[in-house]
Amino acid sequence: MHNLFIGELADRLAKRQISSVELTRHFLSRIERLNPALNAFITLTAERALLDAAAADARLAAGEKGPLLGIPLIHKDIFCTDGVKTSCGSRMLDNFVAPYDATVVARLKEAGTVMLGKSNMDEFAMGSSNETSYYGPVKNPWDTTKVPGGSSGGSAAATAARLAPFATGTDTGGSIRQPAALTGVTGFKPTYGRVSRYGMIAFASSLDQAGLFARSAGDAAAVLQVMAGFDPRDSTSVDVPVPDYSKTLGKPLKGLKIGLLREFFEGLEPRNAALIEEALNIYTGLGAETREVSLPHLPLSVPTYYVVAPAECSSNLSRFDGVRFGYRCADPKDLMDLYKRSRGEGFGAEVKRRIMTGTYVLSAGYFDAYYLKAQKARRMITDDFRAAFEKVDLVIGPTTPTPAFDIGAKMNDPVLMYLNDIYTIGANLAGLPGVSLPCGLIDGLPMGLQLIGPHFAEAKLLNAAHQYQQATDWHTHAPRGYE
Amino acid sequence: MSNWEVVIGLEIHAQLATKSKIFSGSATAYGAPPNTQADLVDLAYPGVLPVLNARVIEMAVKFGLAIDATVARRSVFARKNYFYPDLPKGYQISQYELPVVARGSLEVMLEDGSVKTVGITRAHLEEDAGKSLHEGLANATGIDLNRAGTPLLEIVSEPDMRSAKEAVAYMKKIHTLVRYLEICDGNMQEGSFRCDANVSVRPKGQEKFGTRAEIKNLNSFRFVEKAIQYEVARQVELIESGGKVVQETRLYDSDKDETRSMRSKEEANDYRYFPDPDLLPVEIDEAFIESVRATLPELPDQKAARFAHDFALSAYDAGVLSASRELGAYFEAVIAALSASHAKLAANWVMGELSSALNRDSVDIENSKVDPEALSGLLKRIVDETISGKIAKEVFEAMWSEGSAADAIIETRGLRQITDSSAIEGVIDAVIAANPKQLADYRSGKDKLFGFFVGQVMKATGGKANPAQLNELLKTKLGGGGNA
Amino acid sequence: MSLTRQDVEKIAHLARLSITEQDMPVYVSSLSSIVDFVAELARAETGGVTPMAHPLDGQIARLRADEVTESDHREKYQINAPAVAAGLYVVPRVIE
Repeated sequence: MHNLFIGELADRLAKRQISSVELTRHFLSRIERLNPALNAFITLTAERALLDAAAADARLAAGEKGPLLGIPLIHKDIFCTDGVKTSCGSRMLDNFVAPYDATVVARLKEAGTVMLGKSNMDEFAMGSSNETSYYGPVKNPWDTTKVPGGSSGGSAAATAARLAPFATGTDTGGSIRQPAALTGVTGFKPTYGRVSRYGMIAFASSLDQAGLFARSAGDAAAVLQVMAGFDPRDSTSVDVPVPDYSKTLGKPLKGLKIGLLREFFEGLEPRNAALIEEALNIYTGLGAETREVSLPHLPLSVPTYYVVAPAECSSNLSRFDGVRFGYRCADPKDLMDLYKRSRGEGFGAEVKRRIMTGTYVLSAGYFDAYYLKAQKARRMITDDFRAAFEKVDLVIGPTTPTPAFDIGAKMNDPVLMYLNDIYTIGANLAGLPGVSLPCGLIDGLPMGLQLIGPHFAEAKLLNAAHQYQQATDWHTHAPRGYE
Repeated sequence: MSNWEVVIGLEIHAQLATKSKIFSGSATAYGAPPNTQADLVDLAYPGVLPVLNARVIEMAVKFGLAIDATVARRSVFARKNYFYPDLPKGYQISQYELPVVARGSLEVMLEDGSVKTVGITRAHLEEDAGKSLHEGLANATGIDLNRAGTPLLEIVSEPDMRSAKEAVAYMKKIHTLVRYLEICDGNMQEGSFRCDANVSVRPKGQEKFGTRAEIKNLNSFRFVEKAIQYEVARQVELIESGGKVVQETRLYDSDKDETRSMRSKEEANDYRYFPDPDLLPVEIDEAFIESVRATLPELPDQKAARFAHDFALSAYDAGVLSASRELGAYFEAVIAALSASHAKLAANWVMGELSSALNRDSVDIENSKVDPEALSGLLKRIVDETISGKIAKEVFEAMWSEGSAADAIIETRGLRQITDSSAIEGVIDAVIAANPKQLADYRSGKDKLFGFFVGQVMKATGGKANPAQLNELLKTKLGGGGNA
Repeated sequence: MSLTRQDVEKIAHLARLSITEQDMPVYVSSLSSIVDFVAELARAETGGVTPMAHPLDGQIARLRADEVTESDHREKYQINAPAVAAGLYVVPRVIE
């Protein structure tokens, strides 16, 4: 059952061949058995899940139809879930029970999904390996000595391990696409503003976007359909109609122009390059045309990101002060002590580093040299993408420089860790949609290919992803022991 | 002191009178129990986002138009970052580089009747913080976030004022204006209208400004005046004794009538302003500006000018009567019932008896116990000489406490003026007959005794003799003597 | 090292973060390397480019109607509060 796609599950549920409660129990027992080796969860909501499943079954019995009705899911622990602990992977929120549902959670709930639990993640979404979590690292199901990627490591690992048909995630600098690539699943990041950020604990407000992990483009389309859409509670949410993503999945790719990003291919590791070459052959076989495009300012994207994101997060995380919720230090002797120790003890090292980097780049005397400069570089990168999309429909490249690395390998060198995001960050800076698809293995570990599109090109991306997955079967490979 | 020049700039925070907060749908009503008007957005819970209230833009534009300022076509919200328990997000959403209203000015009438133009550097929107309460908490402070997120318009003046009195006059003018525009209720006790004063001194003739100190949170006209006076004296004394003024924030202690340095709340704060990524730039187009312009009421200066012109009032009187829309409306209603030819009479009574009664009983003019029609009824009886001005005051007091009309009171109490010449003459004759010595003294040159006879006749008539007739008849009857 | 210990102490203070004596050298070195890394930006040619604060150009503020839409949920929201008294959030005494 856990290898079936969402469409297939929905079909069986609709036909009452299986019930949502049965399906939920199936996943819950897999989780019980397989999660301890992965540490993909922070909170399991088994009781609640069974209640939700029963409610879904009632709706199904009443004849209601819905593509996600009765389907179990996992939410990244960055989304506020009413009445359920929401920790954001941090000691700061270890005792926090959210009093409301994020819009994304509410929409998926309304569609009849069943929440199995909240997944582990890098603390406050800061990381590329899920090693900064207060709750311990997540292991990659393909090799538990390796990282699953981050920050949505738990959602990626759980999806790859077939502990749920799909999981939500967030992508600020690659935090969906990168772990999707390292765990061999399909990870989708929508256009900035396509999905509501209300209820999604903020890291970098102008970069954060909610998305999902699933095992096929078809599944991704079904989930995105429910998640996407304007939300009046989010001022950066865009009021643009949501097309029917599933309808255009099967559109022939003839004439689709795919750009090969020169800057992505420079210095690309040969085996990685070979996998992308293979994928390109598939695409040309399907009728797409390829040509080279260049984004000359792309090399600035990592330093730009590591100015903008810390700047925004240093401000977003100021609300965590031990006053109204969250961690408070013991016996504060005065207000300054309350602030410094609650925050110093509540936040982990990477979070503190980023807060301090952000504080520094915004501070008097440095603002122009760093923050303002970064905002300018951001515009140049965005303009480069816009120029490229005048010539091509989509851009292709690798998702990550290497396959999953060892747990602990990069923790001592933050800059080395940051360079993991080299292929994914550009899309966040420009607010563009992107998807990572499994495209092969290196040393037995999954690798991803990345497609990036112009604003609101989700349908086109899903279509290109779907057609690739019809012509290949990488997306069906499960890690050994999790089939 | 005479060789020093005082330089003052005021930053006024006016709470905008919207129903809901600037970035959340919580109520803004004053006086609710702690934290009952603080929603998730106000409490800065994880994951929440601000959404801008349309009405605050409308109100800010209205203000900008009223001070002839440039309204920004594109305006940006910025985060002002600092830590304080009444600031839940750890930053205040404010405006930095692109405020909604840029340079404007206001004409302010000073005590001596002259008019000074005070420049306004900018007016921008921001959210208010919560409140810190210390009573009843040992070694602790309680935070109430009901006020957090209430919209504020921060109005920054140029450092154009040169005395405490000028500063107060400007502050009063702004107070009047925001109430006229109905964008702020101006209630200083409730904190809807607050003022910070930037004060510095420099030797007369020097162009460079001296170091300024900022006195925060002054919430009455009187305190603003006294605080500035104290601060000026303090700075002058400090400099004259060889010291230097430190740029700092100070608080005014009204009990001790002194300003004191605030404990390092901010210690040279670096606010690290940057555009708020959760809010998009506000664009204000011509059509919107014009639609707001169409809702502007007659402004205080316009009303004062009209009163002065139409009713031949002095600039001062016109200014007093236009200090609030309600007062101006009351005045005009009296005139409508009475006639414009008696405008001065109406003005005197509204500024005099009526205002005294309102102040004495702490009543707003909207709740006046004597309405414009009733007052004009009284004034008509002065005009038609049914009663004298003096008796009218007695009638007014009765109207105020009883709520009855002038005519009824005049009848019931028999207060009609005596205008029958022969009746008055009769009384005069009786008084003269009863006071032969005074008559003789008067006739031999003691002019002052005229007043004695007036007094006696008034006493005998219960104050009801028509004063003008009395004077004339008495003059005739007394005859002789000097000029009466 | 582009940042000194003093720099880091100042930043930590602004950000209200306590850093232990033990951890300080690690932060000084890692922050320095991060700052060195992003300093590459300072060398980039950005000429007359307008800074970009939001990824979707041309998006403007959406305004909401002035209506009260929220009601009192104090009980619920204060469940998470570390210290509450008479409905107030309690912190160590704040001296003005």
